[in-house]
Amino acid sequence: MLSPYRVLDLTDEKGFLCGKILADLGADVIKVEQPGGDHSRNLEPFYHNIPHPERSLYWFAFNLNKRSITLNLATADGKQIFKHLVQTADFVIESFPVGYMKKLGLDYSAIKVVKPSVVMTSITPFGQRGPYKNYKASDITLVAMGGLLYITGYPDRPPVRISFPQSWLLAGSSAASATMTAHYYRQITGEGQHVDVPIQASIVWAITNTIPLWELNGVNLKRQGSVLSGRFGDSATQHIIWPCQNGFIAYVIFGGRLGISMGNQQLAKWIDEEGLADNFLRNFDWASYDLAIATKETQSRLEAYAEQLFLRHTKLELYQEGLKRSIKIFPVYSPKDIVKDPQFQSRNFWVKLEHPELNETITYPGAFFKSSEVDTSILRKPPLIGEHNQEVYQELGISKAELAQLKQANII
Amino acid sequence: MIKGPFDGIKVADFSWWVAGPLTTKTLADYGATVVRIESAKRPGGLRTTMPYKDNVPGIDRSGFFAFYNANKYSISLDLEHSQGREVAKRLVSWADFVVENFNPGVMEKWGLSYEDLREIKPDIIMLRTSNQGQSGPFSRLGGLGLQLNALTGFVHFTGWPDRDPLSLMFAYSDYFVPHFAIAVLVAALDYRRRTDKGQMIDLSQSEVCLQFLGPYLMECEANREESVRRGNLHHYAVPHNAYPCKGDDCWCAIAVFSDEEWRNFYKAMGTPPWTKDAKFATFLSRKQNEEELDTLIGEWTINHTAQEVMELMQAAGVAAGVVQKGEDIYQDPQLREVNIFWVMKHREMGDFTHMGQPCQLSKTPARPRMPAPCLGEHTEHVCKELLGISEAEFDQLLIDGAFGL
Repeated sequence: MLSPYRVLDLTDEKGFLCGKILADLGADVIKVEQPGGDHSRNLEPFYHNIPHPERSLYWFAFNLNKRSITLNLATADGKQIFKHLVQTADFVIESFPVGYMKKLGLDYSAIKVVKPSVVMTSITPFGQRGPYKNYKASDITLVAMGGLLYITGYPDRPPVRISFPQSWLLAGSSAASATMTAHYYRQITGEGQHVDVPIQASIVWAITNTIPLWELNGVNLKRQGSVLSGRFGDSATQHIIWPCQNGFIAYVIFGGRLGISMGNQQLAKWIDEEGLADNFLRNFDWASYDLAIATKETQSRLEAYAEQLFLRHTKLELYQEGLKRSIKIFPVYSPKDIVKDPQFQSRNFWVKLEHPELNETITYPGAFFKSSEVDTSILRKPPLIGEHNQEVYQELGISKAELAQLKQANII
Repeated sequence: MIKGPFDGIKVADFSWWVAGPLTTKTLADYGATVVRIESAKRPGGLRTTMPYKDNVPGIDRSGFFAFYNANKYSISLDLEHSQGREVAKRLVSWADFVVENFNPGVMEKWGLSYEDLREIKPDIIMLRTSNQGQSGPFSRLGGLGLQLNALTGFVHFTGWPDRDPLSLMFAYSDYFVPHFAIAVLVAALDYRRRTDKGQMIDLSQSEVCLQFLGPYLMECEANREESVRRGNLHHYAVPHNAYPCKGDDCWCAIAVFSDEEWRNFYKAMGTPPWTKDAKFATFLSRKQNEEELDTLIGEWTINHTAQEVMELMQAAGVAAGVVQKGEDIYQDPQLREVNIFWVMKHREMGDFTHMGQPCQLSKTPARPRMPAPCLGEHTEHVCKELLGISEAEFDQLLIDGAFGL
């Protein structure tokens, strides 16, 4: 859908996902790497666990569908070439520290002189202004400052982060949304603009009802392990994760209409069929069960029946039988489970791409959407370092001889 | 003055809970006219979820709902009622976008499938975002974002190696799916400007989740192995954890990557003697003795407030951040600077802080225009002003029960 548009993607891992989303939408996304390749090509995991800039599965996953050129933006020639490229582009995305692009003379005020209609997106830890704008940051400090860390974990342990960086992904997706919003304005008016993406604020967007809970009730939402707490009432908590025969599953015994839609009644029937119920469960009035006034004792008693049932079955049995009986039991999948899952396979989600340089085929998660109008099944393998130098630079009118000189001078 | 980039874009919003409404919130915050179709007979889940103003439950008193629904109109319709469905169809013919996040089959039941919509408005853009997409054996199971945490690997990747996998306590994907939704909706709008063609977008929330997991899914086949949860450990950083600070359940996160940062880190602590111990002299030795190192650091941090630890570390060039609670974020000076919270007077709750937008567009910033709506607050306005329904017809619809009021 975005095939007429070109994106210059200068980001590292903090911003990869933004360009990836635009690439999945069909834009011509050119990853502009420093000579020798992005630093972030050194991020694990690696293909066959061999650390090498052209074997990073991390880099592959988020740079799929993009082309790659190398360019040294710190040189005079590099800057000039970059400005020529900007004239051919509709978007510039970058994630350098605040002030770095200005130091290069390539910040938005310089870019808009070269091409007023460009939308330029800057992804930084705290945004372009404010008291923390120059603070050093990494994923754990950002999820801390953004509030996600405090609400994750057990009461008897430190708050815990998700074991791979979320900050970059929340910011990258938030950046894609804002960048496309600016794109639409440009298509209507011809005017470009600067999009400032603070990673911290992108995390705050995603911390559920933490803020209103404080403002209205003076309560800080706290980590409580794998339970829901303070969502529907103050006394009872609800288990989310349960052990089963070969792992774990997710189910929540909610009250009222929500509980009925989750399948509480069918679950009780199944428990009874397996000989695990008594009259308390058989006669339980699910429709009037209200978590706002439920006691801990009742919730625990109900959960004890379910726990027995879950322990007798595997996670896939529970998922499949749940589907038959309309009970919303979900398996706790590991990555290996996900790649075997029948739902993703039935939708032809996975895409196999040839990597001739590895003499191998790698299976990728497919595009993030399907459409009645455009085919999203054809993807382009992530590029080698500078794989598209020749085609992109020749289009700018740079000759083969000049390319060789630029390479020699460490400019490309 | 224009209201924003989406000024003039009209949205018939059939969505509920979080993933759909946050999508239409972004459209509304940037100027689109968004009409949320709600039902007084069956209010959406967030309206009946804590926290409530003054702890008094009420469908117009949920802070969770109001926080994420600024700038929208709300109409109440009874979609089980044929005339309610007729009004819904008039909204479709008025709209550029139809957004919905029901289980597959629900819109069909109301005669509002994509094919139905296309007959009403041939170039309509319909976003359907359900848990697992519109097709496939598990698509109709439905479920909540909370359960997608389990299905799509986030639970697997959260927690401590010596304990069970840990769930996030909320529907994580509900908050990032909307960003993907906006990107594809705007692309579809742009495509329509160029081709005059609408489309139906099938945005499976579970497939969006897997966009985050890419490298860890690829290594299953490529390396025949899979990564696991590892507490707060980081392959390339040590120390790397949340450390206890002075006060009630107060913490500061610190991340040290290079040798230079390590030196800056211990100088910021005043170079305690143990930092000179040979077992902490190199990156690899610090990694080998990480647990002991964390304990020693904790014995230092506990004597300082989290804010002090952050400021000391930042002054020394070390990444550190307060583990902020709700109240800290509410008062955070940086967030106030980027203006992501909008205080507006809500009809039922009075002054209330609404979520704004995380990003800043230099020429067309998102703006607060209206507080979150009360249920059905704009039923009459939407019918008469937006759909051109006459006074007499409106009264008849009301009497007939089309609005379920």
